[in-house]
Amino acid sequence: MSKLFGFLFHADDHEHEHTINPKPYSNPYLVGIGLGLVLLAAFVIMGRGLGASGALSTVVAVGVEKIAPEHAAGNEFYQGYITEDGKSPFKDWLVFEVIGVLVGGFMSGAFAGRIKKSIEKGPRVTNKMRLVYAFIGGGLMGFGAKLARGCTSGQALTGGALLNLGSWAFMLMVFAGAYAFAYFMRRQWT
Amino acid sequence: MMNAPFFKFGLFGDEISLVIAFLIGIGFGFSLERGGFGSAKILAAQFYLTNMRVFKVMFTAIITAMLGIYYLSVFGWVDLSLVYSTDTFLIPQIVGGLILGIGFVVGGYCPGTSVVSFATGRIDGLVFLLGVTGGIFIFGEVFPFIKDFFYSTPMGKVSIPEFFNLSYGLVVFIVVVIAVAGFAGAEWVEKWMANKKGEN
Repeated sequence: MSKLFGFLFHADDHEHEHTINPKPYSNPYLVGIGLGLVLLAAFVIMGRGLGASGALSTVVAVGVEKIAPEHAAGNEFYQGYITEDGKSPFKDWLVFEVIGVLVGGFMSGAFAGRIKKSIEKGPRVTNKMRLVYAFIGGGLMGFGAKLARGCTSGQALTGGALLNLGSWAFMLMVFAGAYAFAYFMRRQWT
Repeated sequence: MMNAPFFKFGLFGDEISLVIAFLIGIGFGFSLERGGFGSAKILAAQFYLTNMRVFKVMFTAIITAMLGIYYLSVFGWVDLSLVYSTDTFLIPQIVGGLILGIGFVVGGYCPGTSVVSFATGRIDGLVFLLGVTGGIFIFGEVFPFIKDFFYSTPMGKVSIPEFFNLSYGLVVFIVVVIAVAGFAGAEWVEKWMANKKGEN
């Protein structure tokens, strides 16, 4: 806990920012076991797996309904995320889980001194271009995840561990698509 | 005797399930950040073969959860049929996977990792998240026109063992063997790429 508070202290004090030495990332196999146990806990306790894109779909559907209720009412996709019994659509398992992801990610980063306002990119691309790519990539990801009925969390991890046929086909195509397109993006990352 | 999944057996209600969602989310986010998945450079390095963490973490997690749920169901402690798994719609999922893969290397994140990236202060993670919501909005708007495709090639809830008519345990075993071989391959590729870089 002292590390957490130590971090919060430093964050307010920019002159000391350079004194934070971020710790190296953990052993990937140990992290994998940890992540696998979290997923297993979700299976055993809830009878479902992890997710991410579903929570954002709720945000989008509620946003559309607020701005154009009639438009949302005529659309089967948005209706799937809007509850009819008067209950708030945000009282949703995936919405709460993703809020947890935000908190958990922050906690881990804070303990390791890895929280820093920054833009991640390779040396051969400007910040502006990097953000344009981030937005376009996110857009493709959002569209693809809806078509595939889930993203890397809901399909690849969850469906992967459950040996779901569609999830494995999806996962292989994610790697195939990324490797096939990596050449065109090399200036951004290498 | 254990009756699991607990939620499906009514051990607690919807309100408690949201608390559990939050706690499981913390574990999920914490693991992703520990693994380096809040960093787009580390994630993208997977596709340039210089850092294979994505593969290592993902497949260790998959085999851990797969073995866990398999043994728990063999012992009769978890009813595997009550664990939710999406129906397969093969062609749209293949096309969706391809689009998502391209988005991965263009944007540097996937939805879950971009949340962690944003949580650790990265602006590109936030912009990526905005992009995801934009992509979902576009999907929602074109949904009436692609609905037929979205529901094409329906196969129901189908697993690899069912589809290939193999025993569940055998497929579990094959996946573990492939993953372990993959880990050895990943270690080798990383060394090879590091040497190659050193020679230049």
